[in-house]
Amino acid sequence: MGIVMSQDFDFDMSSKFGQKTFLAPVFTASGCAGSGKELAQFFPLTELGAVITKSIALKPRSGRATPRMAETPSGMLNSIGLQGPGIDQFLQDDIPWLLANKANVIVSISGETVEEYASLARRLRLVPGISGIEVNISCPNVENRGLVFACDPVASKEVIDAVRRNIGGELPIIAKLSPDVTDIVSIAGEVISAGADGLALINTLLGMVIDIDTQKPKLAGKTGGLSGPAIRPVAVRAIYQVHAAFRNIPILGMGGVASGKDALEMIFAGASAVSIGTANFGNPTAAMKVKEELRTLLQARGFNSVREAVGVAHRE
Amino acid sequence: MSKINRKAIQADVEVLSNKKVGAYHHMVFAVGDMALHARPGNFVAISVGGNNSSMILRRAFAIYRSSDRGQYGGTIELVVAPHGQGSKWLTGLQIHDQVNMVAPLGTSFGIPTEPVNALLIGGGYGSAPLFGLAEVLKERGCRVDMILGASTAGKIYAPLEGKRSVNSLTVTTEDGATGVKGRVTDVMSELIDKHNAEIVYSCGPMAMLSAVNEIARTHNLVHQCAVEESMACGIGVCMTCVLPVKDNDGVVKMLRSCIDGPVMDGERVIWNSSRKIPEGTWGS
Repeated sequence: MGIVMSQDFDFDMSSKFGQKTFLAPVFTASGCAGSGKELAQFFPLTELGAVITKSIALKPRSGRATPRMAETPSGMLNSIGLQGPGIDQFLQDDIPWLLANKANVIVSISGETVEEYASLARRLRLVPGISGIEVNISCPNVENRGLVFACDPVASKEVIDAVRRNIGGELPIIAKLSPDVTDIVSIAGEVISAGADGLALINTLLGMVIDIDTQKPKLAGKTGGLSGPAIRPVAVRAIYQVHAAFRNIPILGMGGVASGKDALEMIFAGASAVSIGTANFGNPTAAMKVKEELRTLLQARGFNSVREAVGVAHRE
Repeated sequence: MSKINRKAIQADVEVLSNKKVGAYHHMVFAVGDMALHARPGNFVAISVGGNNSSMILRRAFAIYRSSDRGQYGGTIELVVAPHGQGSKWLTGLQIHDQVNMVAPLGTSFGIPTEPVNALLIGGGYGSAPLFGLAEVLKERGCRVDMILGASTAGKIYAPLEGKRSVNSLTVTTEDGATGVKGRVTDVMSELIDKHNAEIVYSCGPMAMLSAVNEIARTHNLVHQCAVEESMACGIGVCMTCVLPVKDNDGVVKMLRSCIDGPVMDGERVIWNSSRKIPEGTWGS
């Protein structure tokens, strides 16, 4: 594999979300690491800050019809539609495997109503061993755009509020926001006031590709979420704006991170750690590459920890 | 089901040979131990475009042949159609160039324990994995008959060394430039009867596999097919390459062709379901 798992105990790469400390600054983004088992073939999941699981719903979901994917310049559109087994089977199959393999696990949840998020939170409250909840309120691949809670400050607040009330005080809540809004800072403000401990920035952007031979949208679901390096500047901008407004709220940065340089850019913008999404598709060991390159870049710049580098782009 | 090929590894591999054959390129890669566990039906996933490529997704190719020992150690051979930007980049590589490969991936063709009469059907470059399969079946004492079809002669991939491992080869082309004018399904029933075929293996475009499955079903034959869905990762993490398939309990689920396939039981696939989720699918 050509990857050296170096152990450098002097260099602190940890980040903190709520009361929970994560030792590695690289996570896998929800929906981009399968069940965890698949990537475990290529590197030990214990090397990650955490595996963020594919957003899970209360009931099984078949997801959208195919084609679900279109490659775009330095990116891709996906239109999976939250395919998954539902919370029962997920808790029975996926979680025990991840915990048995010593992975830190942040469970990503997705609902169509506020009550569904509340029910999912109640289920997870009783699950020992998990390290946090990501509340995905920003998946673009739903039939009704009105269901994208993260496009509306009031709806965003209601969901986080419901999760907070049902999860209790221990597990950190990370709210995953959409860049497809006029003012992401105001959305961030609402979810923070409702009790979010951290923010995941950013989800995919809504896009479309039209096949000029069939003269129709290429994806069966017509629209899809744009991800990959193409959206990285959007992510860096969103992280920068939100960190400027809320210096003490940790941000998990994501959106086209494929190298240590990309990760460092997000950390300088204000992220405390990064998630690897689409880069896993092109390179199963992308997360390990990013982690090692990030450490080297930070050390070369004289930083003694990741924490020291967070938000330095905001210095006057 | 639903597990990544346990033998899959990632490595930089070297191009040993790259030759144009008709409409395709036959490419050989020095892959070391990666070849040890490659089986007919497995595929590889290759990064394309070089380090600063704007093409961020891997390209999947069925393994044409593999060998775990030879002058260059383990080798994997592919038949690549230069259709898109990625495959054009790949077929433009020179000897000694390197690519990053993940292999072997996916399921392989099931091999009968007893000698049987097998009919292998390939469409276009879909013939690639069938020659390796033919060799294995021959070693097991099977009778192997093959049908290869394409739109025109240049798109039939049937190298000499491949032909040695089949008892008969029937070629069909839609323009009639070579072989029988028509499609593989026009000659399939006749060949099933003539050679007393007991199992059908196929690889090619989905519309062909669907038509082959229909004929195999009317003859009550087991049909193993390698499906073709566009993939973003090849390792089971992206969920884009799914298709509706009946599981062991008869429940239709959207399964990943990279992990639960590419080789699937044709009888279990819900055919012609592009752009729709079949009614009754689990979770719909």
